[in-house]
Formats: sequence, structure tokens, C-alpha cells
Amino acid sequence: MSAHAQSRAPAALIERLRTAHRESWSLGDLVGVAAAWAAGLALCAIAAAIVIYMMVQGLQYLSISEMFSHPLPGLDQSQSGGFLDPILGTVVLTILSTLLAAPIGIGIAVWLTEYGKPSGLARAVESGVEVVAGTPSIVLAIFGLLVFQEGFLSFLSYEATDGVAFGRSFFAAAAMMSLIALPLIVGATREAMNGIPRHVREASYALGKDRASTIRRVLLPASRRGIGTGVALGMGRIVGDTAIVFILLGASLRLESQGDIPGLQVLQGTGSTLTTYVYNNSPAGEGGSPDKAYAAAFVLLAIVIVLNFGIDLITRGKGPSWTRA
Amino acid sequence: MAAPGTQPEQDPDRTDRRVELGLGALSAAVLLLISFMIVFVFAKAWPSFAANGLAWFGPGGDIGDQLTAIFNSPADPEDYVYELRAWPLLYATALITGISVLLATVLSVLSAIFIVEFAPGWIASLLQPVVRLLAAVPSVIYGLIGVLVLVPFFGNHLITPEQKESVQYVIQLDGSSILAGVLVLTVMITPIMVAITVDALRSVPRNWMEGAAALGVNRFRALRTVGIRAARPAIVAAAILATARALGEAIMLSMVTGSIAFAPNPLDGLVFFFEPAKTFASEIVDCAEGLSVKPFGETMYAFAAILLISSAFLSFCGWYARRSMRKYTLQAR
Repeated sequence: MSAHAQSRAPAALIERLRTAHRESWSLGDLVGVAAAWAAGLALCAIAAAIVIYMMVQGLQYLSISEMFSHPLPGLDQSQSGGFLDPILGTVVLTILSTLLAAPIGIGIAVWLTEYGKPSGLARAVESGVEVVAGTPSIVLAIFGLLVFQEGFLSFLSYEATDGVAFGRSFFAAAAMMSLIALPLIVGATREAMNGIPRHVREASYALGKDRASTIRRVLLPASRRGIGTGVALGMGRIVGDTAIVFILLGASLRLESQGDIPGLQVLQGTGSTLTTYVYNNSPAGEGGSPDKAYAAAFVLLAIVIVLNFGIDLITRGKGPSWTRA
Repeated sequence: MAAPGTQPEQDPDRTDRRVELGLGALSAAVLLLISFMIVFVFAKAWPSFAANGLAWFGPGGDIGDQLTAIFNSPADPEDYVYELRAWPLLYATALITGISVLLATVLSVLSAIFIVEFAPGWIASLLQPVVRLLAAVPSVIYGLIGVLVLVPFFGNHLITPEQKESVQYVIQLDGSSILAGVLVLTVMITPIMVAITVDALRSVPRNWMEGAAALGVNRFRALRTVGIRAARPAIVAAAILATARALGEAIMLSMVTGSIAFAPNPLDGLVFFFEPAKTFASEIVDCAEGLSVKPFGETMYAFAAILLISSAFLSFCGWYARRSMRKYTLQAR
């Protein structure tokens, strides 16, 4: 784009006449250009339609009291209460999963870029992360159920029958959610760390630092931006995922606490998030309250847009520059 | 000075070793978990495959009835029912994924051409956040719009009463259809492909394009013959990524394509696209409550195993496509 703008700047008209004379636009080319325009504008139109439609429908049915009242088991839309619990569920689940995924993801990325020995294991880890990235979240969800129903993990949910755990809790859902975010965090962190030139590391070694403190003091701070992007992308995926919440969080109407350790009991219990709330209130789920679904979907979309905006802010600023003066 | 000086020098070396071992162990643990996932799912799925043999993939009977029979099978492990012919699900998964990836490929290559070459500056810079937003919208919102807007529209306006009558003894047409699923899925996966294709087109060396232009070719022809051809591996990689996404899409499709596992018949003509269908992933979502019934759960894990093996195969293909791109010194991002 920029090169064209430059060449058009000095004698734009002459240039255009000359190229117009020489280039021959066959009918097929013109159709192709028209199709390209149509495709590009269609993308804009679809995005605008979704945002505007959700805004109109959402704001129409959304009320502040709904966002701060608990859902009620009413059949009628006017009696089913608000969606405070799903909002809390989304927040708790996102924070818990990010707290799990970020350290693990950054650790794996650091190991892959800075150590990576034995190289066979490194290749295997790389392809493992790739496999997780491609695995549908519904598969992760029912795998999680398989794992967390094991009796010895019942402290993460609760014991349903003898030796079999219930397997559905915030812990279980967050553990599987962190697998969704993991490839994004690993990818972004690796890209950022690979972008740091060798001489920066060598300068740190020359000052007598070993690799561990170079990573902690130089490389990680320098790749903050990439890590932030990866984590934000991962959070976007976690907020938007339905399948894992649907199967592993129990999709109960309210946050149902389990156990008796204060603070942990919520995490051992079941709940729902905005995504399952929307799903259950849509005609596809059992509840037939599309108004509530629209309102909750609007809140969900707003969260996603804010996260996107955050990514924009992170990537827009200038990173450290490594060129030698 | 010497004695205290050597002490800290040895210590960092040991912390370094410890950090390396710790991070390596962490990576190995995650790898172990992933391998566990594959082994566990396949082990759990095995009874269903073993009981049916290759007929598992074949057609025959009503899959809804078969699943009900499996769900209601007697409590005695000796009498578990496993009989299943998963062809309608396999067929619907392949059909919906195939058509939407095809549509999305065309749409994304065209919009990538538009963004790189033809869009005025402000539209091009507007399209970047637009594409990112479309990629980030949760699937349940797409599903909600699909089920509350597209499906009623199809049911009330596009499908004529004659069409409904023509298949009324086989299936009920209410708008939940392949077409709705394909349309929404295309919108969902196109943005993923656009981002990758734009990156690849931008990384085509400038002098290649200038060489084409110097031969008197117009901008579109230069892009089509040189740019797209050079970016082909990236487009393939993008299509593979999009296929993986489409295969695993569960919630949106279970909302939009109807809740009947049915193999649409292409001989029905246009009505074909209005017939409901169900993919593996959405079948798992719809049957989530029955997972604790042992033979039924094992059947669900068999569906998951199919998804897992196809997504693993797809990531292998993606890796291969990216490797062949590196050969032409084009960077995949």
C-alpha cells in the first residue's frame, strides 16, 4: 500500500494515464477485482451487522438490576431473575484459568527457546502443544471429565458416590480451559523471545549473569509485550468457550459451593458462565428466554471487545529497540 | 576476597541448572498430560469400535434409535449394547466442514487481495480490527444470532410450503439446516484465514511483484499469478487451521443445524441444503447428560476419538505445509 501511495505522489495523473494505457484489464480481471471489493466490504458489513444487532437487542433487554441479581429458576422470562452468577462465574473461571495457563505457558516457552535440550524432547513438546491447539474444546471437556471423575481427585470437586468424584467444578473447568489458552501463550512468548537478538543475551553473559538470571532480568521483561498479547488472546478464548463450561462446570444456575473450606468452596463447586447462560436460555437450550440470552450475549460481546481493545493497546506501543547506535 | 568471591559464582551455576531442570520437567509434564489425553480417550472409545468393527463408519438404521438403545442398555456389562452406524454424523461433519472451508477459502483469499492491494488506506486499516473482532466473537453469540435470526428467516421465508411437503414423511424442515450451519461457520472461520493470508501476501518479495508489473501485467493479474502462487503454502496452512476449527465447532452447530442426526440426501435437489444434520462435536454436546451411562459414554468417547485423530492429522498437515513454505524462504507467521 505505502509504495503505491509514494509512486502516486509526484505526478499521479501522468503515472495513472501511462499505466492505464499499458495495462489491459480483461473481463476476468475486472470480475476478480469486483469480487475482492465485495468480499472485503462483506466482512465489514457482517462485523457491523453483528455488533449493531447485538447492541440493539442487548441494550433493549439489558437492565442494571439484571446484572446484579441472582438467576431464579422461573420458567417465564419475567421470573428468571438476573445473571449475576454467570458474570461472576466468567470472571472467576477466567482468572483461575489464566493463573494456571500463564506460568505454565511462559515456562514452556522459555524452556523451548533458551534451553531446549534434549532436542528430541523439545520437538515432542512443540508438537504436543500443536496438537492441543488443534484439539476441539469439546474433546478436552470430556477428557477432563474422565480425569476429574477419578476418585483420588475428588478433593477438586466432591465425592458423588463411593470412589467416584463428581468431576464438575471450577477447578476442573479451569484446568481444561488453561489447555486452550496454553498454545496461544506459548506461541506469543516464543515469538517475542526469538525476536530478541543474540547480542543482548551475550551482553548479559559478559556481565557475569548466568542464563537463569538473564531470562529473569533481561529476556522476560523485554518480551512483556508479546506475553501480554498471548495472555490476552488466551483470556479471549477462555471467556468465549462454551463446551468446557457446559460439561465441566455443571452449568448450574447459581454458584453452588461444595466442601467447607472458605474461599475454596466456590472453586470446588459448580456454576455457569455467560456463555452457558446464553446457550441455556436460547431456543437450543431448555430455557426459552431469548431476551435474557440477548442481554447476556451483549455483556459477553462487550467483554470480548474490551479484551480486543486491550490487545490493541499492548501491541500499539513501541517495544524496546535493540539496534546498536 | 577470594573465598567469598568463588562462593556466589558456583551458586548461580547451580540455580541455572535447577531452573533448566524445573522448566524441562514442567514441559515434560504437560507433554505427558497430552499423551495421557490421547491414550485415555482411545482406551475409553475402544469398546465401541471393537463391537462394531469397520461397520461403525458405515450407514444403516436410524442413528437416533441406535443411540437410545445404547443409552437404555441393561446394567449387566455382559449385555451392553454398542450397535452403532455413525455414517450420518460422519457425512454431516465432512459435508458442513468441507463446504464452509471451501467458501471461506475463496472469501478469505479475495478479501486478502482486497486488503493488500485494492483497499483505500482507511478501509484497509479498518479491516484489521474488523477481522480480529470477527475472529474473537464467541461461538455461542454466532449460534444465538443463527438460531434467532437465520433459522426463523429460513423457516418462514426461504423454504416454501411445497418443499416442506415434499419431504414431510422423512424429515421436518423448520429452518435449522445445513445451509444455516455452513453460513455461520463460514463467517466464523474466514477471519482466521484472512489474517494468515494477508501476512503471507505481504511477505511476498516486492521485486517479484515488480517483475510481473514490468512485464505489463495489471495489478490483479500480478497478484493472482505471482502473489497468490507464492503464498499458496500459507493459504493451505490457513485452510487446515480453519478445518480444525470447523471440525471442533460444537455449540454453534448444535444450536443452528437442528438436533436430528440425519444424512441429507443430495437427490432431494435444493431442499438438500435446508435439511437438518448433526456433526460429531454437536452430538457430544447434545448427549452430555448421558456420559455417565457406561456404554453410551464410551460411544461419545469414540466420537471424540475421531475428532482427536482428525485434528492431530490436520496439525501434522499444517506443520508440513509450513515447512514447505520455509523452503521458498517465505515466512509463515
